[in-house]
Amino acid sequence: MFESLSERLERSFKILKGQGKITEINVAETLKDVRKALLDADVNYKVAKTFTDDVKAKALGQNVLLAVKPNELMVKIVHDELAQLMGGEHVDINIKGNPAVILMSGLQGSGKTTFSGKLANMLKNKRGKKPLLVACDVYRPAAIEQLRVVGAQIGVPVYSELDSKSPIDIAQNAIKQAKKDGNDVVIIDTAGRLAVDEQMMNEIAAIKAAVSPHEILFVVDSMTGQDAVNTAKEFNERLNFDGVVLTKLDGDTRGGAALSIRSVVDKPIKFVGTGEKMEAIDLFHPARMADRILGMGDIVSLVERAQEQFDEEEARKLSKKIAKNQFDFNDFMGQIQQIKKMGNLKDLASMIPGVGKAIKDVDLDDKSFAGIEAIIQSMTPYERENPTSLNNSRKNRIVRGSGRDIQEVNRLLKQFNEMQKMMRMVQKQKLPNIKR
Amino acid sequence: MGFFNFFSKEKKETLDSGLSKTKENVFDKLTRAVAGKSRVDEEVLDNLEEALVTSDVGVETTLRIIERIEERVARDKYINTAELNVILKDEIVKLLAENETTTALDFGAELPAKPYVIMVVGVNGVGKTTTIGKLAYQFTQAGKKVYLGAADTFRAAAIEQLSIWGDRVGVPVIKQKMGADPASVAYDTLMSAKTNDADVVIIDTAGRLHNKVNLMNELTKIRNVMSKVVSDTPHEVLLVLDGSTGQNAFEQAKQFTKATQVTALAITKLDGTAKGGVVIGISDQFKVPVKYIGLGEGLEHLQLFNKEEFVDSLLG
Repeated sequence: MFESLSERLERSFKILKGQGKITEINVAETLKDVRKALLDADVNYKVAKTFTDDVKAKALGQNVLLAVKPNELMVKIVHDELAQLMGGEHVDINIKGNPAVILMSGLQGSGKTTFSGKLANMLKNKRGKKPLLVACDVYRPAAIEQLRVVGAQIGVPVYSELDSKSPIDIAQNAIKQAKKDGNDVVIIDTAGRLAVDEQMMNEIAAIKAAVSPHEILFVVDSMTGQDAVNTAKEFNERLNFDGVVLTKLDGDTRGGAALSIRSVVDKPIKFVGTGEKMEAIDLFHPARMADRILGMGDIVSLVERAQEQFDEEEARKLSKKIAKNQFDFNDFMGQIQQIKKMGNLKDLASMIPGVGKAIKDVDLDDKSFAGIEAIIQSMTPYERENPTSLNNSRKNRIVRGSGRDIQEVNRLLKQFNEMQKMMRMVQKQKLPNIKR
Repeated sequence: MGFFNFFSKEKKETLDSGLSKTKENVFDKLTRAVAGKSRVDEEVLDNLEEALVTSDVGVETTLRIIERIEERVARDKYINTAELNVILKDEIVKLLAENETTTALDFGAELPAKPYVIMVVGVNGVGKTTTIGKLAYQFTQAGKKVYLGAADTFRAAAIEQLSIWGDRVGVPVIKQKMGADPASVAYDTLMSAKTNDADVVIIDTAGRLHNKVNLMNELTKIRNVMSKVVSDTPHEVLLVLDGSTGQNAFEQAKQFTKATQVTALAITKLDGTAKGGVVIGISDQFKVPVKYIGLGEGLEHLQLFNKEEFVDSLLG
């Protein structure tokens, strides 16, 4: 995420390296680069200008501090300013109310329907809610069908009226239905609309008036350019929305929209969408995002995601097996599945500080496991439980069954052996700590 | 040259009204850039930079335009602000004209192959399926027999969405069920189109972010499978870009071109947004021609792109 911006800044800071202190002259060149980097990242022109002016003022003020190197000091200043620009602490969505009504809004193709599904899925699985999705996009062909498919995928009911052309009626009827069925959250998906489309903007304002939502979210594509600010402003003037959702953040480079919307509209960014899977939803954390922009990685998000998928009971069992040297291919497969559940590998790897840039062009995603899985799946249950039983004849059968070559099978076996060894070592070191 | 005026009067009006927001903005910004000034100086150029950057023209292209104007200021010594608009238009047209673009044909024009196969690609939510619906309509209106292939087998209800467009326009849609192999759908579509003597085949694909290597490889595969049915296909790989996208549009163009040899661009949603600048930036930095632009929700709001008309409309 944000590779090119952090790369640029890194390069900018290199100019400062080796210089004794921050002066008007050496800071000017750096800030010009910072500003250009921000503009390249689609940060709004005015926001970028204000930002660099602020940084300059702060940097020159700290002229006398010679304790740290100027480039480190600049990184800190830029980072702090970025974090401040993107707002303070995380703000949660308001789902108090029975049912709590959440209204989605945004341009065409920003990802409202997909995000509605993700939000419903999250509220259901993590907050113990009983959401109802409502299909109010009566215009785009198959939009209702899309929400129904999404609902079926995540096991959340979808309210729709195929014959109705009135989103207001549909929304109101859906709330009645939710009360009857005991759904405590109602998520209303609406049609995409341009901010300058008077009629459509009136419509969504009318929906708002009719259902008095507890939470209105503005969904915006993170790749949006300079216009993000204007669109957000106009939607905000009509709807006075409560929060912003930034989608498609699993793409590359951009992110400037996040900076500018937050500062111009003064509404918090509450969620980000980071993939096509229904689990690919994250809370927005301004400070972490600033870390990311500066290429400092995002280790906190990584740990959090790992914890979510971590099953303590499973882990205890696994730990016993490792201790008894019984870690086999079934366990290995289980581990792979768990990692896959955490989301896109490249995503995960890029959260590790310093790794993001290094793996920018590396082909790394869920399919990286395909070869390993094919090999393990071509083993018999006996072989999976007894990795040492794999002689040449068995290996050749696995080669034929999996369609991978013998080198690959051998490599996997070797890696597996090493992994077993390492696991035992790690455990031996760790055990005393656990007992304490 | 005849193709300069193939835009009928009616089409020109759509272009004007569709771009009115874009035009107002760029024009307003320019007006503000020179307000109270009698000659082009440093401050005017600064304001001009702002006007161009905020229209998503891009930093690189903006700097190039400014540099050119600076050169002219240096050469001609004194430039009146009233002349600036003329010069700007001139410079932008020149930037666009530097790219060797294939002449955009009329929808009714004879196509170089039969069936003429168009593969449509792009990131999520840019308007691929809608663009295909409009293309199918335009080609059908021009008397062509069109076949559509629903190779977006990934997104929920994408197949249904294309099918509805097929019904509206009255063209057959070849499809399989959700989750099917997209290359197989493309294969079926081409076979069917060949058997039924179709003129134009348009293949829809699932939206994908350009940094997902495996998904990009899938496109390469679809491409390869198609060329097995009809050689040299697809004849046109159309990358659809959202007109409100910022600088990431360049990365999209780059990566999709790498994976699928993009031959033409369609820029959508140019109505209503204050943009259009992205068209200039992309034409400047990308040697792939902009072929279609989307200016509204109506079926006829997809137009063949003409540089001169576009700049005229943009700068008034």
